Amino acid sequence: MITYLEAIREAQAKALADDPRVYIYGQDVGQFGGAFKATKNLAQEFPGRVLDAPISEDAIIGSAIGAAIEGMRPIIEMQFADFSTVGFNQIVNHAATMNWRTQLPCPITIRLPSGGTAGGGPFHSQSMEALYAHYPGLIVMTPATVEDAYSMLLEAVAIDDPVIFCEHKYLYYHLKAESLPTEAMPTGKARVARAGRDATIVTYSAMVHESLAAAEELAGEGWEIEVIDLRSIKPLDTDTVLASVARTGRLLAVGEAFPWGGVTAEILARVASEGYDLLDAPPRRLNAKDTPVPYHPNLWGTHRPTARTISAEMRELLRR
Amino acid sequence: MVLQTAEAPCSCMEASENSQSFLKAYRWMLLARLVEEKIASLYRGGKIFGGVFVSKGQEALSVAIGSSLRKGDIFAPLIRDQAGRLAFGEPLLDCLRTYLGSRLGPMRGRDGNVHRGRPKEGMLPMISHLGAMIPAVAGCLMARRFRGIEGTVGATCIGDGGTSTGAFHEAMNLAAVERLPLVMVVANNQYAYSTPNSRQFVCRDLVDKAAGYGIEGHSVDATDLGACLKTLGQAVDRARAGHGPQLVIGSLLRLAGHGEHDDAHYVDPALKESALGRDCLKVAEQHILSSKWAAESTLLDWNEEAQKQIDDAVALTIREPLPDPNQEDWCALATRHLSEG
Ligand SMILES: Cc1ncc(C[n+]2csc(CCOP(=O)(O)OP(=O)(O)O)c2C)c(N)n1
Ligand SMILES: [Mg+2]
Repeated sequence: MITYLEAIREAQAKALADDPRVYIYGQDVGQFGGAFKATKNLAQEFPGRVLDAPISEDAIIGSAIGAAIEGMRPIIEMQFADFSTVGFNQIVNHAATMNWRTQLPCPITIRLPSGGTAGGGPFHSQSMEALYAHYPGLIVMTPATVEDAYSMLLEAVAIDDPVIFCEHKYLYYHLKAESLPTEAMPTGKARVARAGRDATIVTYSAMVHESLAAAEELAGEGWEIEVIDLRSIKPLDTDTVLASVARTGRLLAVGEAFPWGGVTAEILARVASEGYDLLDAPPRRLNAKDTPVPYHPNLWGTHRPTARTISAEMRELLRR
Repeated sequence: MVLQTAEAPCSCMEASENSQSFLKAYRWMLLARLVEEKIASLYRGGKIFGGVFVSKGQEALSVAIGSSLRKGDIFAPLIRDQAGRLAFGEPLLDCLRTYLGSRLGPMRGRDGNVHRGRPKEGMLPMISHLGAMIPAVAGCLMARRFRGIEGTVGATCIGDGGTSTGAFHEAMNLAAVERLPLVMVVANNQYAYSTPNSRQFVCRDLVDKAAGYGIEGHSVDATDLGACLKTLGQAVDRARAGHGPQLVIGSLLRLAGHGEHDDAHYVDPALKESALGRDCLKVAEQHILSSKWAAESTLLDWNEEAQKQIDDAVALTIREPLPDPNQEDWCALATRHLSEG
């Protein structure tokens, strides 16, 4: 059995082994193997290519951009997604604009340990994908399975553009697979995680699993819910979403991030403008609440969507 | 300019004053050490969600900051400042309530562990992003100046690792330009999580950074409570007297893991054996005994008293209501009618 976290480690090992242009840079990623152990033993296996960085996110990202200009393929680990805000300027203004301004691509991969865990609190729990997806020039991946964590990270390194790789901390240890995949769906293609005909849930990352659990619960009540795993939120596979809504006529978009704007709003906007006639009921969206992510599990468990609240939201949708 | 802490001969009067402030500081250190041990044991018992970060080995430096400030000053403590928080006036209950998520605590379960404070009382609640508190303290001091309030000092803390942030650099420069009464205390505990200083900076000594900002710098052996009290006292006095920002570098070793989840196997054994690896609490105890400022039995009494205080506080806190999502108002705005909820 291999966990989501081990898959990320294995993908980096393969990237380092296959491509001499790859190196890993981030706080505590060297001998220590990273705060979450996503780079365990890589410094030992690939001497001189897995380096501890100072606590300087702006310079870490900025240096990766420079290295990419000179032909390298850096993988940057942020210790937590939340700290990427300190490197935000370099990501959105420098890396994201490079190819458009100069026709020189900027192939950097920025790994963001994302999302909430019990007791994480407001600064170790955030889901930043929508923020980065907003900016032209970035690709934003949000893998929900062990297989995708592995194959999408390899693809992120191979892609010539800056990739924000949102890996979910809750899935690190909770998710296991038999083995690593040998082939993969291309980035930009969503996956039907569960087929159904009564309604569609479109979601990504850890919320795929909450949504699958909700679909299972609703199956007990006789409903067949389709669950779409977006895999990457930019590009967002509108075709697969529309095809599903065409089958079911009902849409619920679910995300763990804050409610204003964001991925779920984007999904509803696209379906409303491109597939209005497919809808049998007003589409709905479910997100975290409009406050910072709370520390105590009593609050955190209510702040973000769960299988229970997704089921409740879906029952509302099915009533219409 | 780097000021050396002068070894001035002191009169008997001063000696007794020194012993009083030393003993007072020692008792805060002891309380801090014991409450963090208690929290660590609650963590091992699965009673605490999220991380636990202790300041073992850093109590002397931290307490010296809290004791050198006075009411009305500004203090932005960081991860390893339990002792300084207590000395500055944070109630012991704030610590336990925040770690245990009590609804009655200052953070009401919304934020946890070391992310707590009472900004109305001049104690800023840290955010995790290292360096971010320094310009906020600078801003507090600018506000005091705008408001015509004189004599305020603002102090804040960071680790060796945190000095690598852009925020540290920008804030030190800003404070220097504004000539603010800011005391910046760096606990150089040799590691930032697993990262040794050799991967963090290559300047000969962090205190040299003071020259770069054009401010005064101080160095202190942070395993030595007496030296810490003296150096921090001096730095705070100079800031208050209008000499601008003060950079204080305390040298020591983190005697615990980065957090309680971390066994710190990467710490160089030679450092543990070195003078930096001394436990400041033990060093202070030895000093008290050898100076005959208190008897061994008195120290034991103090230990028991502190332990009792902690046990009472824990007993109280664990009976307090936890945050209830149904009673929580889920509103992040002060302007409530503008909240989208
Ligand atoms: C901007 C930022 N980047 C990364 C982190 C994650 N982080 C938390 S503590 C820490 C190490 C801090 O080391 P140091 O400043 O030396 O303080 P110490 O823990 O040794 O007291 C890191 C990297 C953070 N809190 N803020
Ligand atoms: Mg340190």
